[in-house]
Amino acid sequence: MDSDSKTEAIKRAKVLMVGAGGIGCELLKTLALSGFQDIHIIDMDTIEVSNLNRQFLFRQSHVGQSKAKVARDVVLRFMPRICITPYHANVKDPEFNVDFFKKFNVILNGLDNLDARRHVNRLCLAAEVPLVESGTTGFLGQQVTVHIKGRTECYECQPKPTPKTYPVCTITSTPSKFVHCIVWAKDLLFAKLFGDRNQENDLFVHTGDGSDSVKPTDDIFERGLDEVPVQYGRKIYDHVFGYNIEVALANEETWKNRRRPRPIFLGDVLPEKLILQNGNLEKNCLTEDLSLSAMSSLGLNNPQEIWSLAENSRLFLEALRLFIERRGKDIGSLTFDKDDQLAIEFVTAAANIRASSFGIPLHSLFDAKGIAGNIVHAVATTNAIIAGLIVIEAIKVLEADFQNCRMTYCLEHPCQKMLLMPVEPFEANKSCYVCSETPLLLEVNTQTSTLRDFVDKIVKNKLGMSFPLIMQGAILIFEGGDDLEEDIAANYALNLDKVVVLTALPAPVTSGSMLTVEDLQQELSCHINIKHREEFDEEKEPDRMVLLGWTTPEKESQGVSNGENTAAAIPASPEAINKSEEVEVTAEISRTKRKLSEMTEVQEIFQILPDTDANNSMDPQEVEDNDYDNDLIVLDENPEASKKRRLQ
Amino acid sequence: MDGEELTAQQTALYDRQIRVWGVDAQKRLSKAQILVSGLNGTSVEFCKNIVLAGVGSLTLMDDRLVTEDALQANFLIPRDETVYSGRSLSELCCESLRDFNPMVRVLAEKGDLAQCEMEFLDKFDVVVVTGCSLKTKIEINEKCRKRAKRIAFYAIECRDSCGEIFVDLQNYTYAQKKSDGTAECHLSYPSLEDAILIPWRNLPRKVSKLYFAMRVIEKFELSEGRNPGELSNFDLPAVLKQRKELCDAQSLNESHVPETLLERILVAGPMLYPPVCPILGGILGQEVIKAISGKGDPLKNFFYFDAADGKGVIEDISNPSSI
Repeated sequence: MDSDSKTEAIKRAKVLMVGAGGIGCELLKTLALSGFQDIHIIDMDTIEVSNLNRQFLFRQSHVGQSKAKVARDVVLRFMPRICITPYHANVKDPEFNVDFFKKFNVILNGLDNLDARRHVNRLCLAAEVPLVESGTTGFLGQQVTVHIKGRTECYECQPKPTPKTYPVCTITSTPSKFVHCIVWAKDLLFAKLFGDRNQENDLFVHTGDGSDSVKPTDDIFERGLDEVPVQYGRKIYDHVFGYNIEVALANEETWKNRRRPRPIFLGDVLPEKLILQNGNLEKNCLTEDLSLSAMSSLGLNNPQEIWSLAENSRLFLEALRLFIERRGKDIGSLTFDKDDQLAIEFVTAAANIRASSFGIPLHSLFDAKGIAGNIVHAVATTNAIIAGLIVIEAIKVLEADFQNCRMTYCLEHPCQKMLLMPVEPFEANKSCYVCSETPLLLEVNTQTSTLRDFVDKIVKNKLGMSFPLIMQGAILIFEGGDDLEEDIAANYALNLDKVVVLTALPAPVTSGSMLTVEDLQQELSCHINIKHREEFDEEKEPDRMVLLGWTTPEKESQGVSNGENTAAAIPASPEAINKSEEVEVTAEISRTKRKLSEMTEVQEIFQILPDTDANNSMDPQEVEDNDYDNDLIVLDENPEASKKRRLQ
Repeated sequence: MDGEELTAQQTALYDRQIRVWGVDAQKRLSKAQILVSGLNGTSVEFCKNIVLAGVGSLTLMDDRLVTEDALQANFLIPRDETVYSGRSLSELCCESLRDFNPMVRVLAEKGDLAQCEMEFLDKFDVVVVTGCSLKTKIEINEKCRKRAKRIAFYAIECRDSCGEIFVDLQNYTYAQKKSDGTAECHLSYPSLEDAILIPWRNLPRKVSKLYFAMRVIEKFELSEGRNPGELSNFDLPAVLKQRKELCDAQSLNESHVPETLLERILVAGPMLYPPVCPILGGILGQEVIKAISGKGDPLKNFFYFDAADGKGVIEDISNPSSI
């Protein structure tokens, strides 16, 4: 690694950064300081106040502006002679196609969602450009990984956990955790009251009774012309928290082994006087819609406090009233936004009342917001460390120093004295449908499942394709995209909208059929063999389709999700590390390498690494100096061979 | 912790980090007074991190004027002579840091920390030093230990593409979260002087080679009266002699302090490998935040990072009786 050749490689490099947020700001700064002169950044977001605690290139005065553009402007001020090209756009836009990606020497990701990462992964493979990825991974904390086609695994060789989803019935009928109540409040109640009325909504679905949803006349949610907000609010409250629960209780089966919820009626919770009393709006700053707040109007000032059922009920009514009286124009088209104060307050209140009904502990607004908004907690230090590691790997890639590329884990608790643990990259997964073209198997009831189900649940959701083509042999069954001619699009739409089951398609899809699914933009092609299956478990397989050959992580279940963000799930309070947890850490690495003999490998790692027992005194014997590689953790095919290589 | 609540502005700004360490920790941070002596690539990273975290105040001490070397890996100083000419590093960095978080008081203090009265340190909860001699580090560490109030002391140094962090929290008690509740944890840190006096023979096996390399170079710098970054490749033969002397005195085989490593550090001279700075500055930032907030296991007591192998390692260099 000659220093001059390093400098040259850096100077000549053309680098693409995807994401100008937490990692992005740190990364851009470090790239600039490291001598990079041609940097491109893509980010579709604008700056928010909550970004400022770590996205240090941004100021209060920048709120609302494009992250990519502001980042560029600020960095150019301290490094004026380099070239930074910002794109305020979605990396999934068609302009960022394979030819675009081919222009770069390396791609650096600082993203916060799985969907975009998968997309970038596929483009990097198609363009044959190395990718340096970063992000969180459960127990291990943050990590930086390098993906080079033909040399290492791709980002999708090891399936990443898709967003946690919950069976629909858990949300609509049998919640047992607070998050179930949040999902109900956000995706069902909030959506029903303030969102698109025409959207399908499971608010009234009940399990077990076989009969389809007990749909009352939708009158309930229509507000009469002379129905004042207080009346309306009370009606809604009593209906969803009182009447609906009573109806659910009528079905004995559901509650045989479960705690029965109790119906809650407003009159039992609040004295009449309080029901009729509005909050004090003078306490509010009414300049911005989004800062309109029922909390402050009621004098509930501490978002960390857990309010009582009565307080939550008042909050529910007041929030509803404020939506109607002050934001009436939004009603009917509103989508939940975690930065919409009133929406958060409403959802918190509704979730808490439901929780109270089901005997689930209530939560503070602060906590509820974190859950409802899928907020990823984040601090500057972690992002800075990750950025440094990304640049180190990027430079190795540019120098074609592939042997030394590493995946680095940033651990919350030290493992064998290490807080930063480098591991050799894994080789490609031979059954990865993304980089190895292995066919998948889909078990589905071809007589009852439709093409629409297949496209939505499998092709778009599981396979992550945006504009898919689906073919059976030479026959095109479906094509999704914006640039199709009208009559062709109409034809495919016809196939989807009609409840056309797979066997009834013009080119019938039956057991034994093989479908080819392609996404032209991602240049990804994938084969799926179809196998007919009659029965599916409603709770475990609510999609009524099972995709195999694509190894899925253990805890996944289909159904209602709490939103897209997959970067979260680090527990807020650090647990004390002990020996067994250390084993967990290396075991988790081994496990994700899909080897059969995980435990043996872990044991072998522990045997060959020197023990750090303080009682052992220094050995006056000579220690072999072979480039500090003595303790490198290498998880490879043949632990025996490496064992021999490493023992001194 | 009781007392004033965080303002609405603070709650909004610090939302994401409050979700990491909690409101109480944030309140403690907002009262903490930090001192940084020596501004270079790594300490500047630390400053950014600690200002973003929302401490009460950050005081910078470095009267040096801007040079090419000082500019490297420093993103707080615009590369514009009309801006930086004639002004000290502390002044310039101060100006930029204030922008990162208007709620933190950032001050530039003239003078040399080594010459300061002991009472000066009483203003601070945390002292971070870099770029000075071992002698100065030890002196400042001793002063910190003599004060009535506990002052956390950190030393950080980056050479070429590797670096070292030293932590001294004296006698530190904190609540450690376990799966079955919390347990009170006591840690006893040695002073810098005591730590490096521990005979090398008594150290655990496989202590990072960087530990020894740093000690050899430090010793040599001390004997030559030079500060970190002032040596060069020309000094290699003399440094190797120093290595032999030390290793003989410590009955340690010289192979524990590879010549290649020493050479690498000397060749670099004052140069830092920029991507290493945010790594070291980030780890240091995390440690200081832990110490102020009382949350999380602090590292004890040395940390090493080397881009050559990519490892970030903690070494506990303290007497067995105090472990």
